[in-house]
Parts: sequence; structure tokens; C-alpha cells
Amino acid sequence: MPHRLKEKLQILADAAKYDVSCASSGSDRKNKGKGIGDTGSGICHSYTEDGRCVSLLKILLTNHCIFDCAFCVSRSSNDIKRAAFTVDEVVALTMEFYRRNYIEGLFLSSGIFKNADYTMERMLRIVKKLRIEENYNGYIHLKTIPGASQEMVTEAGLYADRMSINLEMPTESGLKMLAPEKSHEEVKRELSTIRNKSVELADERKVIKSAPAFVPAGQSTQIVVGATPESDMEVMYTADQFYKAYSLKRVYYSGYIPISHDARMPVIGTTPPVLRENRLYQTDWLMRFYSFEIRELLNNDYPNLDPEIDPKLSWALRNPGFFPVDINSAPYRNILRVPGIGVYSAKKIVAARKFGRLHAYQLKKMGIAFNRAQHFMRYADSPVQLNEKDPTAIRQTILGQSTGKFRIAQSGQLTLF
Amino acid sequence: MVTYLFDGTFTGLLTAVFESYASRQKAATIVSAADYQPGFLDIAVTIIPDPAKAQRVWAGLGKRIGNASRHEFYTVFLSENAGAWQHMFGYARYLFDHNDRNLERATDYGNQHVMAMAAYAKKVSRERHRMKAFVRFKKSADGLYTSIVEPDFNVLPLIVGHFRDRYADQRWLIFDKRRHYGIYYDLASVQEVKIEPVPTAASQVAKSAPMLPDEGDGLYTSLWQEYFKSTNIKERANLKLHIQHVPKRYWKHLPEKEFGFH
Repeated sequence: MPHRLKEKLQILADAAKYDVSCASSGSDRKNKGKGIGDTGSGICHSYTEDGRCVSLLKILLTNHCIFDCAFCVSRSSNDIKRAAFTVDEVVALTMEFYRRNYIEGLFLSSGIFKNADYTMERMLRIVKKLRIEENYNGYIHLKTIPGASQEMVTEAGLYADRMSINLEMPTESGLKMLAPEKSHEEVKRELSTIRNKSVELADERKVIKSAPAFVPAGQSTQIVVGATPESDMEVMYTADQFYKAYSLKRVYYSGYIPISHDARMPVIGTTPPVLRENRLYQTDWLMRFYSFEIRELLNNDYPNLDPEIDPKLSWALRNPGFFPVDINSAPYRNILRVPGIGVYSAKKIVAARKFGRLHAYQLKKMGIAFNRAQHFMRYADSPVQLNEKDPTAIRQTILGQSTGKFRIAQSGQLTLF
Repeated sequence: MVTYLFDGTFTGLLTAVFESYASRQKAATIVSAADYQPGFLDIAVTIIPDPAKAQRVWAGLGKRIGNASRHEFYTVFLSENAGAWQHMFGYARYLFDHNDRNLERATDYGNQHVMAMAAYAKKVSRERHRMKAFVRFKKSADGLYTSIVEPDFNVLPLIVGHFRDRYADQRWLIFDKRRHYGIYYDLASVQEVKIEPVPTAASQVAKSAPMLPDEGDGLYTSLWQEYFKSTNIKERANLKLHIQHVPKRYWKHLPEKEFGFH
């Protein structure tokens, strides 16, 4: 029996790993009455050898699936081992892992066997059992099964911390091509169901404090990039639209890893587009924490991100008129736009300058990337600048100094030796 | 310059701040007596830790920078770093010298001591967070969950609340092997336990746990190891990032790293 359980775990963890969501934060589920578990700011308990965080026990309930989505390893036409957990097995694994401090909680997804409601009903049984019978207050991320009844999805929201449903491809046409049974419309419908119920219960809580918490860590989605030929602009405009329309907490970008010989997609053995993925996340961060409008970063003139430099630096070099920013007088939002200065450093700068004008040695101590930032800012002892700096020259200087993580992969020069 | 030799305790360090005002010595080097190596021109003054004096300094800090920043100041002490202690002394002097009770002084990052507090607090906080992440419990037959850790800084005092709230229905012990003490939760409260000198709960546990593991414990450890392997995406291998997040010095207490690389 333990052997079979191990094999199931192998199969169903392997099938779930392409869902990149790993967040375990954003909920505030407190341990009341000496139960088990307490959820707060999120912890990565380990990291796999691909460098990704292991925070949740991320598994499928089953990888049997009636759908045949070309990009999915569990598609019905794929000849792979199939398995399914019982409700009790998932509950036991979650509890035993949690008690040993291996994980922050459970991430439960599933292939669709029989039909959506049948699948959703079992997932619901698992989360109810954890919350009610085990008195478990750890994190639960539940995938919404597309097409499941509204009642069941809404009920699940009373027990889960986060719910998500994946857009999969950046555009409707891309999705239709590879997964004819799925549509963005369906995703929108499911996201709306949860959003509307959240708003409704939040209003209720203003009046009745005991009204139940509903998906307290909010909703997220995932976009697979590199399977279909969309531009970065198309990817990010879709993300932006969904952030705004459905108050999503996160959009994840998952570089496509070829898993089939389908002629419509990259062939097996193609390296996953990790650099592109990284640039997309940087853009996402600029939107969410640096108050950039997506149109500033990506537009018809610049439909794709620069692989050589990050999107903030890229924006700065295209907008020399915005600089230099005077560290000692500029508003916070402008300081935030200086390449090499992040949110924490910008806050430090604004707090510290109340006590006196800031010099280079102080800025360096604050942890800013001074070598990069110096081209775009003025400070108390900045050198006299006679003529405007040329963006192309700045770009070359910065590229020359940097030993960025992707440089070796890109430059052909090193291979000479 | 005067060198204050203190006993290496937080009370001792706060007392040193008090004494510097009592004796009107603005600048002083502050060294733990255990680490002290007499210098040629040193005037060494031994600080006798005095809880009452320390309490006055502690209260004064609270008034000047508020409880949150004062707690951060305390966490810097747990770095057990001579440079950090010197900056703590300088920081306290800076706050008391500017007797304007401007709460914002705690964020005057242009000042070297203030900035040093932020930097050391960040380091300690990172280690505190790591211990929340890297503690791995083994269950013994009598239902006790035990974990051995060797944190870079003395962070057990900072994780008591986290583990008490989270594992309220199981008895647990987290033992700092490097500093020879642990924190033990008995379903009611958390106590500090030492291995020496008498056999306390900790030593019994440390001896008996490996001998009498819970029946299912080995199964779940191996399921966890299996899960760790299966959730990895080989095509995305990035060992540099992996090691950056899980530095090798922590591996010996992590069951998923028991076999090194896969």
C-alpha cells in the first residue's frame, strides 16, 4: 500500500508541477481553539533543483481527463500512467506533511474525470474534511474546475484561501487552436462567480462581523507563454485586463515546456523560454508595485521586451527627458522610476532625506544598484554634468559592467574559448 | 578611547549605554569581555549588568522610536556580531543625543548607525524566516515532534510565537545544536530547555527520539523526499538558484536534501 501511495504521489505531483502558482500568503486564517495551522505571510519551505519554491503540496486529485488540450501533459490522448488519490489519502498527506513543517498547505488541482461536477464534488469533500474534521487552518489553494456548478464553486470558496482558474493561452484564438473544449469566456465566468461572491460577503462583513471569510487570499490565473506565437504585448495586455476586471491577486507566466510532438507547438527538447518569462514577471511587478501603465512599457512601437536589459531600464533609455531625477527633491513615484532603485530603497531615500541632503556614500549603503542608478539621478555630490548623456552610450556602459544571470546564455563570444 | 567590556548579554549592552551617559563618555568601543584582546592604549571599563539601568534605557528607546523599531533593535543584538553591537551602542547614543523624541529618527538612513540597524535586522530577519521554513519535525513514538537546527544567528526567541500558534495541538521541541538550547512546547506554553546539566525534557528527547520513531514517520519522510523529486522540472534545472535559496550548510537537517543532488 505505501508503495502504491508513493507511485501515485510521483504521478500526480509530476502532473501538477506545470502549474507555477506557489503563493501561500495573503490569507489571515488564525488558529482558534488549539487546532492545527495558522496562515500568514507565506513561507517557501524548500526549493527544487530548478530553483522554484516549494510552499504547498501541489498535486492533482487525478490525472484522468476527458479533455484533450494539446499543451497539457494529462490530455486524454497522451499515453501515460494514470492514477487517482482517494479523499482520505489527500487529507492524510496534507496533515502529515504539514505537521512536520514540510509545507504551508495544499494546492489541489485535478484532471476532469466523468464530468466537472463529479470532480469538483470530490475536491470539495477534501477541503471540508480538512477544515471541519481535522481543524486545519493551513493554506488551501483550490483550482476551480471549469464548468462545475456555481453552488459547488461558491461553497468551496468558504473553505479555500485562494482559488484559481487558468487562462492557459494569452489569447482566445491561441486557446481555441490548442484546446477546443476550453475558452476564455468560461474562465471569465468562473472568475466572476468568485469575485461577485467576495464582494457580496465583504459588504456583509461590514455589517455582520461574523459573515464568513470567502477566498481571503483572492484569485489568480496562469498564462502559458511560448506555446503559441503571441507577442509580449499581447500577453501583458491580457494580464492587465484580467488584473483590473477581476481584481486578481496574481497572474503567473509559465514558459512552455514542450511535452508532445504536436506540430503546432515547439518541439520536444526546445529549451523553455525562461528569460522571456523573467522579463514578463519584471513587467508585471512594474505594473503592480511601481505604478507603470502597461502602455508605457509595451505598445505598438515596442511590442516585445528587450531580452538584454530589464523593462525598467529599457523604459528609462527610451525616455531620457524624464531624467535625471533629483534624489533630494523628487516625489517618491519619480524616484521609483530610476533604474537600480527598488521599492524599499525608494522608501528609505524619502525617509532619510528629511534629515539632510543625501550623498553617494549614503545611497550606496542603502542598497541601491548605484552603478546603474547613477546615470539617471542627481544627488548632493553628483559630478557636474555638462552635456546630456546619450542613451545608447549608457546602455553600452551598463551592459559592459553587468554580469547578469542570462548573459552567458546570450553572448556567443564566450564560446570562442 | 574607552573600551567597555560587557558580559555579552542584552542587559549588559543597555547598561553600557547608561554608563556612557553617567560618566559623560561620548564615544566608546564596546566589546564582549569574552572576545576582548587588550590593546596598547585601551582604557578598559568593565560594565556590570544592571537590570534597573538597562530597563531605563529600554524604556527611553521605546519613547524615542516606538515599539516596532525598538524590537528591531533587539533583533540586531541576536546577530551575535561585534560590529552590530558597536552600531547598537552608536545608534542608542544618536537617539539619546538628539533628545527631540522625533519617532522618524529610526528612519534616518543617511546616518550610519541607523542604516546599520536596518541592514543587520534584515540579516537576522532572513535567518528567522529560514528557521520558520527549514525546521523539519521528526515524530517519535510518544507523539513528540523534534527538530534540530543550527541557525547562523540566535533566532529561536524570534520564532516561538510562530510555532506556538501553528502547532498548538502537538508537543514539539526545536533544538539549537550550536547554542545548546531549545524551545519546547508542552501543549500549554513554550519553555526554554537546556541539554545541560540535568536530564531535562530536552535531553531525554534528544536521546530517545532517534531510537523510538513513530511507526509512520519513516513513510512520510520518504513520501516527502519522493514529492520533492517529482515536483522538480528537469528541463528548467537551475542549481545555482537552488543553492542560493537552500544554502548547503542547512542540508544536513533537511530530509529532502539527504541525498544531495538528485
